Amino acid sequence: MKGIKKLWIGLGLLALISPLGLLATNTAWGEWGSDELTKLLGYVPAGMVKFSDIWKAPFADYTIPQAGDKPGYIISALIGMGLIVIITWLLGHLLAQKAQKTRKQ
Amino acid sequence: MHIPDGYLSPSTCAVMYAASAPVWYWSAKKVSKTLTARMVPLLSIFAAFSFVVMMFNVPVPGGTTAHAVGGTLMAIILGPWAAAIGVSTALLVQAVFFGDGGILSYGANCFNMAIVLPFVGYFIYRLTSRGAAAGSGRHWLAIALGSYAGINAAALCAAIELGIQPLLFHTANGTPLYCPYNLSQTIPAMMIAHLTIAGIAEVIATEGVLAFTRHSIHLGLETNIKEEGVRA
Repeated sequence: MKGIKKLWIGLGLLALISPLGLLATNTAWGEWGSDELTKLLGYVPAGMVKFSDIWKAPFADYTIPQAGDKPGYIISALIGMGLIVIITWLLGHLLAQKAQKTRKQ
Repeated sequence: MHIPDGYLSPSTCAVMYAASAPVWYWSAKKVSKTLTARMVPLLSIFAAFSFVVMMFNVPVPGGTTAHAVGGTLMAIILGPWAAAIGVSTALLVQAVFFGDGGILSYGANCFNMAIVLPFVGYFIYRLTSRGAAAGSGRHWLAIALGSYAGINAAALCAAIELGIQPLLFHTANGTPLYCPYNLSQTIPAMMIAHLTIAGIAEVIATEGVLAFTRHSIHLGLETNIKEEGVRA
């Protein structure tokens, strides 16, 4: 597939410049953590206390242990894209195989 | 727009999973009829692009941030069904590995960003690009309108899901149990962020990537899996 290499390179470049996304330091509306909500409201709603920590993400907020903010963000971008490529590759080939079978029938 | 866990009641989360599940099923069915092995790298590339573009937070009025999603872009290139699968995958990795968006609220986040966004975006794009020559000014305008409408429709859905929480779920004395903001607060907050900056960011991301890829992938109104597929 001609030119597709250019797209992969583009993705790599986006990962490298991803720390630009850190310039806007505020949290997105409605995505505040418990500490921020305490500041905003003076309390954390009871249901939120119960469910907000139900899952502990290994690289929460795109941080990598031992890495600084910016390197951690770049590494997160690369890890995330790598995982997505693996998942969509497997899923895509599975679906494409099915499609081939359908066409042969 | 990634709703964290704790902002929606478990019952809301269940409803949103129930709303998204049939679309995932139909998407897999639709895509399994049309996807060719040659198109798989494009699915991977645009799902990965959606992931990374969401990391580019931009400041919005009101002191918060927002970001583009790249869902309409994917729908224009690969069709809305493939876009639903691609963006859902990006959201899954964000929730599980990076804590961006919750696990319980994953169904809701997929409904907003992986389903409503690409389908509304694609519908508006197809509607407004009818009869326009590929690469013409009107074609580019249709791409802009589609991507702008898609992200704003998604933001409105998120605002409604959040805003109904204090009405439906509160303690006996009226203290909210989950998202504490009602519709009159969530809708303006989400819509001001997305009608202004995030909507424009989505348009720039979509048009920028389409301009960048137009020589790699033959783009045009006919270019998606549903019809003749990507000719590259």
